[in-house]
Amino acid sequence: MIKANDRSNKMAPFVPAEDDDLIICRCEEVTKGEIRKAVHEGMYTLPEVRRYLRCGMGLCQGQTCGKLVKGIIARELGVKPSQLEAATGRAPMRPTELKIMGSEKGGA
Amino acid sequence: MEKAADVLIIGSGIIGCATAYYLAKKGAAVTVLEANDSIGNGGSSRNGGGVRQSGRDPRELPMVMWGIKNLWPYLDEELETNVEYTQKGNLRLGKTAAHLKTLQKLTDGAVACGLDVRMISGDEVRKINPYLSNEVIGASWCPTDGHANPLTTTLGYFKSARRLGVRFITGEPVTLIKKEKGRAHVVVTPDGTFEAEQILVAAGYETRALTEPLGIDIPMRKKKSECLVTEAEPPMFEQMLGTAEADFYGHQTKHGSFVFGGSTGLEMFGIDDGPAQRSTSLSAPCTCRGIMKYFPALSDAKIVRTWAGWTDASADGIPVIGPADGVPGLYIACGFTGHGFGIGPAAAYSIAELMTGGTPPVDMEPFRCTRFKAKI
Repeated sequence: MIKANDRSNKMAPFVPAEDDDLIICRCEEVTKGEIRKAVHEGMYTLPEVRRYLRCGMGLCQGQTCGKLVKGIIARELGVKPSQLEAATGRAPMRPTELKIMGSEKGGA
Repeated sequence: MEKAADVLIIGSGIIGCATAYYLAKKGAAVTVLEANDSIGNGGSSRNGGGVRQSGRDPRELPMVMWGIKNLWPYLDEELETNVEYTQKGNLRLGKTAAHLKTLQKLTDGAVACGLDVRMISGDEVRKINPYLSNEVIGASWCPTDGHANPLTTTLGYFKSARRLGVRFITGEPVTLIKKEKGRAHVVVTPDGTFEAEQILVAAGYETRALTEPLGIDIPMRKKKSECLVTEAEPPMFEQMLGTAEADFYGHQTKHGSFVFGGSTGLEMFGIDDGPAQRSTSLSAPCTCRGIMKYFPALSDAKIVRTWAGWTDASADGIPVIGPADGVPGLYIACGFTGHGFGIGPAAAYSIAELMTGGTPPVDMEPFRCTRFKAKI
C-alpha cells in the first residue's frame, strides 16, 4: 500500500478525454471525468474520492463501481490499482428498513 | 533538515485544513502532516453535519455565532466546493416536562448571549415540521442554525489550501515534538524531521500524547460516536434536529438521504479499537428506535450505511484553542467534544489570526489550555 504521500507532488496536467462523460457510479451518477478531476484536485485515496463525489455511497455501496473507481484513480496517479486500498465496507451489507434494524425481537 | 516551513500543522481534520487555508491566504508557508492515509479521516468525516448555535455551552457561543454570520454563508464560493450549507433552523425536541426544563435552561443561557432562540409548543413544532409525532410536546427553535456536508467542507478546505501551495503529507504520523532553545521547533516522524517557526497540534484525542511530554496535558477522553444514513427519500424537511434526551439528531441531506446520529449511553465505556473506528451492534438499532419515536413515517426508510468515529471529549465539554502556555511556538486546537464541525471554520480562522499576530474575532480566553485546575 502507498503510505507516506506528498499531495504536492507534480502530476501531469488534467487533459479532458472523450470518455469523461461515462457514468462510473450508477447509483450516484458520477462520471469518469469527475473522478479524474478529483484526483487532480488532491484526492488520492478511495475514501477521499468517495467523500468528495459520493461515488460508492448509493444503494449498492460501491459493490458495482468500486473496482472501476480504483482503476481510474490508480491510472491518474500512475500507480498499480493493487497499491490503493479499497474504501471501507459498511454495515448493513444490503439496505435495511429502520423498523427491522431497530427491532430487538428477532425477525421483523 | 530541508523540510522547513513557517507553520507545521499536525492533523488534517477540518481544523488542520481550514487553519492551513487561512494561514496560506495570509502568505504563510504551511505543511500539514496527517498520520492516516486519507485527509480528514477522523471526526471531520464522521460527524452528523450540524452547524448549530443552540444547545451549546455559552463559552463557545460567540465563536460559533461569528462563524455562522461571517464564514458559513460564503464557504461554497470561497472554497469552490458545494458544502451544502443549509440555514433553515434547528429544532431541539422534548417529549416530557423534564425535557422542556432542560431545553428552557439551554435556551435561557443562549438568549443571554444574544442568540435568537425560543421555546415553542408541540403544535408550533409540527407547523415547522409536520412529520413529527404527537409525542413531541415542545422544542427550542433557533432559526439561524442549520447543517452542511462535513465531507465536502473538510475536503474543500484541503483542496483550496493545497491550491494556495500548502504541502499536505499523508501517512506521516508524528511521534514527537522537540524544543530548540526553549521553543517548539522540530517535529519527528518515522521518515525524518520537519522544522517550523510555529507548530499547531490539531490531532483530536491524539493531541494529548504529543503535548504531554512538553508539559501540557489536556484532560480529555476518547468517546465513540456513531451515525447512519438512509437511502434517498423525497424531500421532507430542511431543519437540523436534535432532542433534549440526546437519543438522536440529524437532518435530510441535499441528495435526499437522512443522516442521523444517536447515543446508547455506553459511549464512554466502548472498546478502544484505535483507527479502525468500527460501528458497534448496539448503536444503529438504538438510533433507529429513537428516530421512529419522533418520525413514525421513517420506519420503512432503508439504512444503507453506518459508521463510527472518535470524538475528543474534554473535561469541561469545550475545546482548547490557542497558544500552548509555557511552550513558545506551540499552538493547540483539540477537545471539540463532538461538536467541532460547525465551529470548525471560526476556530480555524481565529487560530490563524493568533498565529500571525492578528486579532481573533472573539475572546479566546475561555479556550485556554491552562483553565483545567484541581478541585482543591
